[in-house]
Amino acid sequence: MFSDWPLLSLVIWIPVLGGIAVLLAGSYTNDATSRVVALLFSIVTFILSIPLYTEFQTGTAAMQFTEMVPWIDAFKINYHLGIDGISMPLIILTTFMTVIVVIAGWEVIQDRPAQYMAAFLILAGLMNGTFAALDAALFYVFWEALLIPMFIVIGVWGGPRRVYATIKFFLYTFFGSVFMLIALLYMRLESGSFEILDLHQFRMDLDTQVLIFFAFLVAFAVKVPMWPVHTWLPDAHVEAPTGGSVILAAIMLKLGAYGFLRFSLPITPDASQHLDILMITLSLIAVVYIGFVALVQQDMKKLIAYSSISHMGFVTLGFFVAWSIMANTGKLDGAAMAMQGGIVQMISHGFISGAMFLCVGVMYDRVHSREISAYGGVVNTMPKFAAFAVLFAMANAGLPGTSGFVGEFMVILSSFKANFWYAFLAATTLILGAAYTLWMVKRVIFGDVKNDNVAKLQDINKREFLFLAILAVMVLFFGLWPAPLIDVMDASVANLIQHMMQSKL
Amino acid sequence: MNFEIPNMMLAMPEMFILTMACVILVFDLFVSDSNRILTYGLAQLTLVGAFFLTISDYSSSTMFTFNGTFIRDPMSDLLKVCIYLAALVVFLYAKDYLRQNNIFKGEFYVLGLFGVLGMMIMISAHSLLTVYLGLELLSLSLYAMVALKRDSMMASESAMKYFVLGAIASGMLLYGMSMIYGVTGTLDLAVISQHVTEIKDHIILVFGLVFLLVGVAFKLGAVPFHMWVPDVYHGAPTAVTLYISSAPKIAAFAMLMRLLVDGLSGLHEQWQGILIILSVLSMGLGNIVAIAQSNIKRMFAYSAISHIGFLLLGVLTGTEAGFAASMFYVLVYVLMSMGGFGMVILLSRDGFEADNLSDFKGLHTRSPWYAFMMLILIFSMAGVPPFLGFWAKLSVLQQVVSSGLIWLAVVAVIFSIIGAFYYLRVIKIMYFDEPEDSTPLMCSVDMRAMITTNSILVLVIGLFPGDLMALCISAISAG
Repeated sequence: MFSDWPLLSLVIWIPVLGGIAVLLAGSYTNDATSRVVALLFSIVTFILSIPLYTEFQTGTAAMQFTEMVPWIDAFKINYHLGIDGISMPLIILTTFMTVIVVIAGWEVIQDRPAQYMAAFLILAGLMNGTFAALDAALFYVFWEALLIPMFIVIGVWGGPRRVYATIKFFLYTFFGSVFMLIALLYMRLESGSFEILDLHQFRMDLDTQVLIFFAFLVAFAVKVPMWPVHTWLPDAHVEAPTGGSVILAAIMLKLGAYGFLRFSLPITPDASQHLDILMITLSLIAVVYIGFVALVQQDMKKLIAYSSISHMGFVTLGFFVAWSIMANTGKLDGAAMAMQGGIVQMISHGFISGAMFLCVGVMYDRVHSREISAYGGVVNTMPKFAAFAVLFAMANAGLPGTSGFVGEFMVILSSFKANFWYAFLAATTLILGAAYTLWMVKRVIFGDVKNDNVAKLQDINKREFLFLAILAVMVLFFGLWPAPLIDVMDASVANLIQHMMQSKL
Repeated sequence: MNFEIPNMMLAMPEMFILTMACVILVFDLFVSDSNRILTYGLAQLTLVGAFFLTISDYSSSTMFTFNGTFIRDPMSDLLKVCIYLAALVVFLYAKDYLRQNNIFKGEFYVLGLFGVLGMMIMISAHSLLTVYLGLELLSLSLYAMVALKRDSMMASESAMKYFVLGAIASGMLLYGMSMIYGVTGTLDLAVISQHVTEIKDHIILVFGLVFLLVGVAFKLGAVPFHMWVPDVYHGAPTAVTLYISSAPKIAAFAMLMRLLVDGLSGLHEQWQGILIILSVLSMGLGNIVAIAQSNIKRMFAYSAISHIGFLLLGVLTGTEAGFAASMFYVLVYVLMSMGGFGMVILLSRDGFEADNLSDFKGLHTRSPWYAFMMLILIFSMAGVPPFLGFWAKLSVLQQVVSSGLIWLAVVAVIFSIIGAFYYLRVIKIMYFDEPEDSTPLMCSVDMRAMITTNSILVLVIGLFPGDLMALCISAISAG
């Protein structure tokens, strides 16, 4: 029944309209109504995104649910939407996390809650637009526009150094994107089209490809973020309100990785192959070095932020080892597995990092401190919460049975086929990840009750139980049975690998 | 030489404005201060009348009159229509401000209309002399308007500065014109254009071009001829700053087009290099120095300088698509700039100028709606999609890339990143800081409606920029 609905437009514009509705509700009625309106819109959006999965044709790499309307004739820009097996899970992740964020901000945000909720709804619409755009200019518009609500969220509801953090966040991302814009304009000039799928067929010589690759790299590396342009992330995470951190970690970081999949790899495959060693090095530095950095953090949010960077290193590693694997084995399977591992890691990290930030948020709401040293023995006063926190920590450390294991394992396994040392270095994260996460858990959750604040803690209420439980189910579900996820992306990943292995000189 | 009666109909809107400006001048003598609103109404009606006169006879081809000194083509009609609209909005925004500052006099409207007339002549000029005539008519009106608040030291100082520097620039311009006249023996731009193609790089011609460009760059406020911009923007009453920052930019763009494209297109190689330098310097200095400003009028002045740099990017490509992109840019810029100064006017009251950045503190708490309107305008100026300013930047960058000057596009975007910082600071002040004075803003209904329309237009045209862009393209290519 949904097949003739413009589902993608709906999942983009319903939340945006919802944001406006929430703002109106906030100014003409009371805060309680606006919260309900926000929840309704987020749930409707989530429900509308479900048919994207159920009606999805798994056997094909072609774009599905496409919509195409000429938008700006003067610039030859089309409103062209469509998804494949790579973008579909990300859209569902977005609509899902938006519901969680709305529930998580329910009582916590007392200052202008309507505007807070509205910002997240609009953000959700724009992120869906970014994942669904098949026109490069449309992609760019969504990509940049989503900076605005996030800028406001961090700046208005953030912590003490919020202004510094949010301006840094905006300028870093803006800096990255404008070079992408130039690259897109150049390719538009040469190929005559802004259509991403046309650009996939477009041929350029190696020097041009390298320049364009770097232009994309700046944009996407900042967003992922890759070492050494990651420094905005810990600041932004620490200062952002819980919801902001969740969306930032769960979805906005994925935008960068998605950009590699949609732009860099298929459009400039020769340059990517040429420079894959650089990308692998940067990824491994992120995995190992940032892992060590995470180890010494005193602030829980900062620790999770660094852990995010380290985990995103896996994603980029999975994308760029493809050529080495091909060179060693001559078969596409290994490359496909690395790629799928990277994508599974994106989705799984979305749940886990979101959950970790929510856990920190739960404690912060009670004690108003993010310092690890301010806690100790939380398990004694908050047993239910402790159970969840430990589960998510285990997932973050990549324990088998949780979704965190699947992606990392696939990437490590396939990088063995590329080079032993890649796999070895990547595997150290299993130790490092366990070290920094579990050490934090040990200091915060276990032990004796350390101070009065902890002694006075109340265990999680039903609302908090609800969102943590939902996330726990997701983490375990994809850990035990990742097949649905891998099935939908199979054809698209195969198609992508095909594009990568084909010279486009 | 035969004497023919020139086709007066082509200059009908100009003659209408001239007549009405004189009528208003006399009419105003018989109006008491309490009924000054009548003068205002009449001035607005004049603009509406001129709007319909131009629209009803909208030209689809190029026509000349007054012995080829006056041109009417689609570009001139489109730009004139935009100038009427801009002046209309400016008069509307200015009304309450002028009243609060006790300068709600007929002179503002008479001078304003003479300025409009000057701009129209500049737009329709097709001879060096007509260009100069229009320019001087505009400039003299502006000098007087800046000094309208004659008891204010700052206003008088900036009027003086503007006058002296403006006179020097006009002198330069005239000197350049005389050299071109000396080489070609004519003032008619069409004939000059023929001669220039024949005698390519005559050294005196190039000298003439340089002096001409100095004069134009001064009027545009491009670096290094920008010195007057911040002082005049800052010193003039905000209503006058609003006027200076809007319609005259359109006229200056038209003057650039008439001189360089209609007249000296044969020297494209020469003027392209000069424009590149002007453009890079303007973008650089404008964006960097704007960071150091604490006064929002000065900040907007430097921002105007940087926008002029972007505007030049389209023209310097020397292609029709490039000119259309620049035209789009200037129209977009005027729309944003009017909104920005409109907000400054909105914040000021009872003769108190709210032109420091700190006056915007906590605007979001005081009046969320206006803060949101300002947010749209500011993000648009910074060139963040989906607002209109982004498409303006995109269109000129696309033309720069098309003409093979990719390095220039890279330079431009780097400066726009630097520029983003001071725009973000305005948002920060409005949204993240606590207000010092928590009274909500009050203003008249027409002002409120106009500010809202202005900002919403920036958003809505930003979502659907195709029509405006198509209009610019057709206006340029039909000419």
